[in-house]
Amino acid sequence: MSGAELTIERRVRSLLGPDGVVDTNPAGVPRVAPRTTEACALILEAAASHGWHVRLGGGSRWTSDDAPADLTLSTRGLTRVTRVSPPDLMATAEAGIRWSELKRALADHGAWLPWDPPGADRSLGSIIATGTAGPLRSGFGSVRDHLLGLTLVTGDGRIVRPGGQVVKNVAGFDLTRLAAGSFGAFGLITAVHLRLRSVPRADVTLARTGTRDELLQMAFAIRDAGEAPAALELASPGITGGSSWTLALRLVGSEAAVHEARRVAAGTAGKLEELAPADGAGFWNTLAENAARGEVTLRLGVLPAGLADALDLVTHHLDEECLTATIAGGAVRWTGAGSAGQLRLLRAAAAQRELPLTIERAPWDILSALGHFGAYREGVGRLVGSLRRVFDPTGVLVIPAGEG
Amino acid sequence: MSTVLDSLSGIVGERWVRTAGPALDTYASDGLPTINSPPRAVVIPGNRDEVIAVVRTLAAANVPFVARGAGTGLSGGAVGNDASVVIALTRLNRIISVDTVNRRATVEPGVVNARLSDATRPHGLHYAPDPSSQAACTIGGNVAENAGGPHCLKYGVTSNHILELEVVLPDGELITLGSPAGEPWGPDLVGLFVGSEGMFGIATRITVRLLPIPGSIRTLLADFSSVRQAGEAVSAVIASGIMPAALEMMDQSCVQVVEASIYAAGYPTDAAAVLLAEFDGESEAAVDAESAQIAQILQANGARSVRTATTAADRARLWQGRKKAFGALGRISPDLVVQDAVVPRSALPDVLDEIAAIAKRYRIRVSNVFHAGDGNLHPNLSFDGRNADERRRVEEAAGAIMEACIAAGGTITGEHGVGSDKLRYMPLIFDAETLTVMRDTRLAWDPAGLANPGKVVPIHACREWHAGGRARKAVA
Ligand SMILES: Cc1cc2nc3c(=O)[nH]c(=O)nc-3n(C[C@H](O)[C@H](O)[C@H](O)COP(=O)(O)OP(=O)(O)OC[C@H]3O[C@@H](n4cnc5c(N)ncnc54)[C@H](O)[C@@H]3O)c2cc1C
Repeated sequence: MSGAELTIERRVRSLLGPDGVVDTNPAGVPRVAPRTTEACALILEAAASHGWHVRLGGGSRWTSDDAPADLTLSTRGLTRVTRVSPPDLMATAEAGIRWSELKRALADHGAWLPWDPPGADRSLGSIIATGTAGPLRSGFGSVRDHLLGLTLVTGDGRIVRPGGQVVKNVAGFDLTRLAAGSFGAFGLITAVHLRLRSVPRADVTLARTGTRDELLQMAFAIRDAGEAPAALELASPGITGGSSWTLALRLVGSEAAVHEARRVAAGTAGKLEELAPADGAGFWNTLAENAARGEVTLRLGVLPAGLADALDLVTHHLDEECLTATIAGGAVRWTGAGSAGQLRLLRAAAAQRELPLTIERAPWDILSALGHFGAYREGVGRLVGSLRRVFDPTGVLVIPAGEG
Repeated sequence: MSTVLDSLSGIVGERWVRTAGPALDTYASDGLPTINSPPRAVVIPGNRDEVIAVVRTLAAANVPFVARGAGTGLSGGAVGNDASVVIALTRLNRIISVDTVNRRATVEPGVVNARLSDATRPHGLHYAPDPSSQAACTIGGNVAENAGGPHCLKYGVTSNHILELEVVLPDGELITLGSPAGEPWGPDLVGLFVGSEGMFGIATRITVRLLPIPGSIRTLLADFSSVRQAGEAVSAVIASGIMPAALEMMDQSCVQVVEASIYAAGYPTDAAAVLLAEFDGESEAAVDAESAQIAQILQANGARSVRTATTAADRARLWQGRKKAFGALGRISPDLVVQDAVVPRSALPDVLDEIAAIAKRYRIRVSNVFHAGDGNLHPNLSFDGRNADERRRVEEAAGAIMEACIAAGGTITGEHGVGSDKLRYMPLIFDAETLTVMRDTRLAWDPAGLANPGKVVPIHACREWHAGGRARKAVA
């Protein structure tokens, strides 16, 4: 450990006092996990004035461990659910809480956040910062659609609180949406106000296996025939552990609505097998875990009519081991091991088709070369750069080069 | 300025530039009656390239400009002053494409909201956000305000439906945000632009999501003998787990005005409040079962009677009163202020009581018609603007209502925007640091500050105006 790092560690300790945990990661980089938003702000303010480079993380290894940084700032110390209001269907939680714990806390109040993000037991903040939505995106929209407001600590340690706690709000600019899905480029999200739903009375999963393209056709038929499903997901064998592709349909809502939707779907797609409730939950859990099991995970934004082509494209450049398609949500996801070269070619081919390819997670050598988003569209890079300078004027936050 | 105006005429043709006379009066205000401020000129470009040329010309001459759609905004957002030019987008009114397979449409900003759904209806699709002004307001204005409407309870507000945007930045550069399927291409700049009230640039092309028109719809009308009960019934409905497509409330004052007007919908005028609840879905059987269950919940929560409308004609009649309520209210007094605030649903009963008390205190007639399911209140203050004392009482009552909503954990606007009308309330809900970052975010889009200056962020409340505040950091 070099003297300079020790100095940072000592400075950080004296700033925080008992207000956070400080240790070092295996690479010898000090790691700090404050227990309050204010303490996070102190750290980032110090970083800005000393010129430290800070990597943000939630402790669930969703950001690259190996990103070069003088300090890691983790949300591991921010794990409280500070409010759950069932009548208002809203909750406030700190960003470091594990997804499983948050889910449980909400369920205790009869409330539900319609998310099923890929990955095993991630932090709430990492789900939001990476904008990773799972199959429920088909029925309920993306991660950002469920955020009412948040607390963000900017790169220079200012605390910003856009949005609010009510379900409808157009006061001020929507910095909440800017922060969500921006991979920490605008600061550390320390707490969020979430929009909830009541736990659905009925929750049914139906599935069948077959070839990819025949299932895709069925998926479209289901979409065109019936109630908007909560999830309508196509998954490769590597995701489900089966021997062929799987089409899974999840219906949630009142007993009556689910009953009818099930009838319509059965009429459309033939032999859909209904899973027992525990098996249904297990199926989606397995899918979520496997959909992020590789060292690289990425997503493409795809129109329904382009799904088959997009799946071909990923298969051609990478493989079709762990692939999913969210039919109505317009997304294809892949996870596995890919080289920077392969990913670069895939991204170029996708860009020609106007499909944005977002690398959600990858080792730093890949991310630093390719970025989460790759080249912006014309004129957008300059705008993102200007926005970055508002939120991180001295460039404290470690993000891939070329990404602002 | 006159050479600038000549250049503008050169771009759009003389007949599309207005510099004097009654033509300017039309643009001196929007739907908010309390602001009247004619612009220096109005320019009405006919296509995107003309918008670009106009913006470049104004930027080069450092002349501020204000984008304008139909001018139905209720916060003074589309109003400029004698130093600025209004760019009216009403001629950019083409529906460029409707993609039924992928369920989306691309439109120019001047397309009127209801026209888009009319055009897609033959394909069984519609554009879900339905502001009550939908027969007049434009999609461009909806994007700028992040407009809502009764059915946004189930289907989400404007920002949930915008996939891709083409924007002329305030320096005239043309950029595209988002992507065809709606996945952000980088940080979510579409999400940031929606609701930016014309301060980030001019949207010239908008790609929206379309949704299937539900096959089956039921509309319930429930009436209550107290506003409090009606408010509690709202919470009970939401707690049932069945998501209404819409859940609207009108109080007695509003019902009486509607029933005395040509829009009479058959609401019981002796009720303290009525609730309009709509349920939709693909299957008749399911929607029937759900609405029957809700009817029971309403009754258990004090509804005097619950009526169910099944046919399109019956439903239209029930909705007519709600949709035309603002119009009817507009006729009972020379002036009407439509307020907009949001409170947590559970606070509705208390806040409605408090609003009634405020109305009494300031001797102002306040009628409530609002999106109850979202807790999005619209207290309407009827008055005569020629009476200075009444004007003052309205101002004070409106301020008191805002404070009550904020105290209940709410916000100052749910769908009408801040504009210039609500600048003064912004420091009540955002601290100086947050306001400063909002202002600087605006400067990232518009370094020269030419696009709709003076709206949304009260500059005096930003950080560097506070003694002892940190100096503003360098901004590009
Ligand atoms: C009777 C009545 C009922 C209403 N009901 C509702 C309701 O239910 N829900 C609701 O949300 N609102 C409602 N409104 C308010 C209003 O209709 C909405 O705010 C609407 O979105 C404004 O659209 P517009 O075309 O009239 O925009 P304008 O009033 O012309 O402009 C509004 C703002 O948008 C900006 N703008 C306009 N076009 C563009 C563009 N292309 N690019 C960038 N900026 C632009 C303007 O600069 C201005 O800041 C109602 C208004 C009335 C009068």
